[in-house]
Amino acid sequence: MSRRFTPKIVTANRLREGDVVYLTADDRWSPFHHEAELIEDEAHAQMRLLHASAQKLLVVGVYLADAKPGPNGPEPTHFREEFRTRGPSNYNHGKQADYA
Amino acid sequence: MYSYSEFDEAFVRERVAQFTSQVERRLDGSLTEEEFRPLRLMNGLYLQLHAYMLRVAIPYGTLNPRQMRLLAHIAQTWDKGYGHFTTRQNIQYNWPKLEDVPKMLQALADVGMHAIQTSGNCVRNVTADHFAGAAADEIEDPRPVAELLRQWSTDHPEFQFLPRKFKIAITGSPNDRAVTRAHDIGLRMVRNAAGQPGFEVIVGGGLGRTPMIGHTVREFLPKADLLPYVEAVLSVYNTLGRRDNKYKARIKITVHETGKEEITRLIEDRFAELRPLFGGNDQKLLAEIEEAFAPPAFRNAPTDAYDAFYSADPTFRSWADTNLATHRNAQYAIVTISLKAHGETPGDATADQMRLMADLAERYGHSELRISHEQNVILPHVHKSDLPAVHAALVQAGLGTANVGLISDIIACPGMDYCSLATARSIPIAQEIATRFDALNLEHEIGPLKIKISGCINACGHHHVGHIGILGLDRAGVENYQITLGGDGTETAAIGEKTGPGFAYDEIVPAIERIVRAYLEVRETPEETFLDTFRRTGIAPFKAALYGEEGEKDAA
Repeated sequence: MSRRFTPKIVTANRLREGDVVYLTADDRWSPFHHEAELIEDEAHAQMRLLHASAQKLLVVGVYLADAKPGPNGPEPTHFREEFRTRGPSNYNHGKQADYA
Repeated sequence: MYSYSEFDEAFVRERVAQFTSQVERRLDGSLTEEEFRPLRLMNGLYLQLHAYMLRVAIPYGTLNPRQMRLLAHIAQTWDKGYGHFTTRQNIQYNWPKLEDVPKMLQALADVGMHAIQTSGNCVRNVTADHFAGAAADEIEDPRPVAELLRQWSTDHPEFQFLPRKFKIAITGSPNDRAVTRAHDIGLRMVRNAAGQPGFEVIVGGGLGRTPMIGHTVREFLPKADLLPYVEAVLSVYNTLGRRDNKYKARIKITVHETGKEEITRLIEDRFAELRPLFGGNDQKLLAEIEEAFAPPAFRNAPTDAYDAFYSADPTFRSWADTNLATHRNAQYAIVTISLKAHGETPGDATADQMRLMADLAERYGHSELRISHEQNVILPHVHKSDLPAVHAALVQAGLGTANVGLISDIIACPGMDYCSLATARSIPIAQEIATRFDALNLEHEIGPLKIKISGCINACGHHHVGHIGILGLDRAGVENYQITLGGDGTETAAIGEKTGPGFAYDEIVPAIERIVRAYLEVRETPEETFLDTFRRTGIAPFKAALYGEEGEKDAA
């Protein structure tokens, strides 16, 4: 019995800056989790992962992360991914400062 | 201190040039990430949660003011104005951009520094007692030997692809401030019956998922045999180490699986082969290095000003009582500058703070600075008459916290605020514990107590050897913190004992408070430290405080 597929988003870090980014449905890399494409089909997730991994001059460390639908778009389900959407908790650095 | 020879200089410059070209080729697509990754790691560049991270080696924790100022310059120019000092006497920059890293390495090379072998399965930065060359209890300054090991291990062709990373720590004192028993090789200087200095060689210690205290494979190794002996240990490990399983690849597992007697025999056999191949050049080199570590010209001056300030100023007295250590010259003191201001991030210093510490070292400290594995900065040689001025300047810069060795002097790894391996956060836990006990005004009453926090099983925060250790885990998608008690990183090293089930993020600080209150209740005298009390009573009173009656019953 295969486990039920949980929705995913594609995420990575920008090659030059290292910033966390998310793959959107229209093939952009967005700094915002809520702009990510929420992928509900496993085969489609693999296709999007391959598509993202091929963009070697733009991003590094591409992977699929669990997500869930929210009122403004996909939301992280795990605290690690939640931290990645904003930055560290000890300083106002990273996204929480850059996009405040 | 040691200055780069022409050879060192040329080697580091060449490496910077190579890496500059490798970054260019990664950015233009000539190198894939799979090809580039091992190259960047060889040069200390990691990819973390929010950004890249550059880890720069501070060999045996020693810096001069020029180097410290350069670290400040890097922080300000290519990072966010601060640096993080680590438990392995490195500094980490959390926000570099890939294309800036070659410039950072170029700048480091200008002051004889680099990021080589701060990652990968090689011999890592050799760490040493941060009081080296100054401590009253020292047999000899261990840093010349550490420098010899650095030169020997740098780009050593036989040891670039070990089964796993390899960490060496060295101390010249009977009081172990370098955690030698929890390293792959720990070297502890001792004297033999004839009074000659040599080393106790400890092999197979380590923390991480399988914490182990190292075994002594040689009670006394003559100083002149050190390099061939260390090479013999590496050589045996290189052959036997488990390359099939990353989790069993460290030498501690090799020692455990092979047995102490057999591994000792193998090392001694290999040593017998290697010893004759060392024709004495290593000793010539060591003699040259030792000259570079000659003690500074100590000043001979009255110390009345110190005594007067000590009696008159309670703030200064409190700082002097916690942050000073005994220097071998009675007119001098060793100053530990706390990077643990209550509520701040353990081990972080701003560029301005780094510059101030460099200035103080230059003006009052014979131009020497040290970074401790406990994430503080040391001025090893300060004349006592200068201490009031040093203290006043530190206070102005937010560096005057009088808490060294106390409950808020916490070791914390970066945890999930930065590290991609982490399973939970460590920094905010450290911040909250420090703030809580400061608010309770209990810190000085509690006395010596080492809390060490790791944000994952890899134990960069040394939690196993904390008097109170905290390990952050991911339990079913929620941060959870496991407590160990009774760990010890000194010459009486011990691995802490787990108390029982872990605590949620918002429960961990109250749990630590219950442990500390239990200690205050059961200690026999105010002089009985937390560790002494734990060793006398065992874990039972602490379990009871943590979990109630049920815990007490379990422990009985």
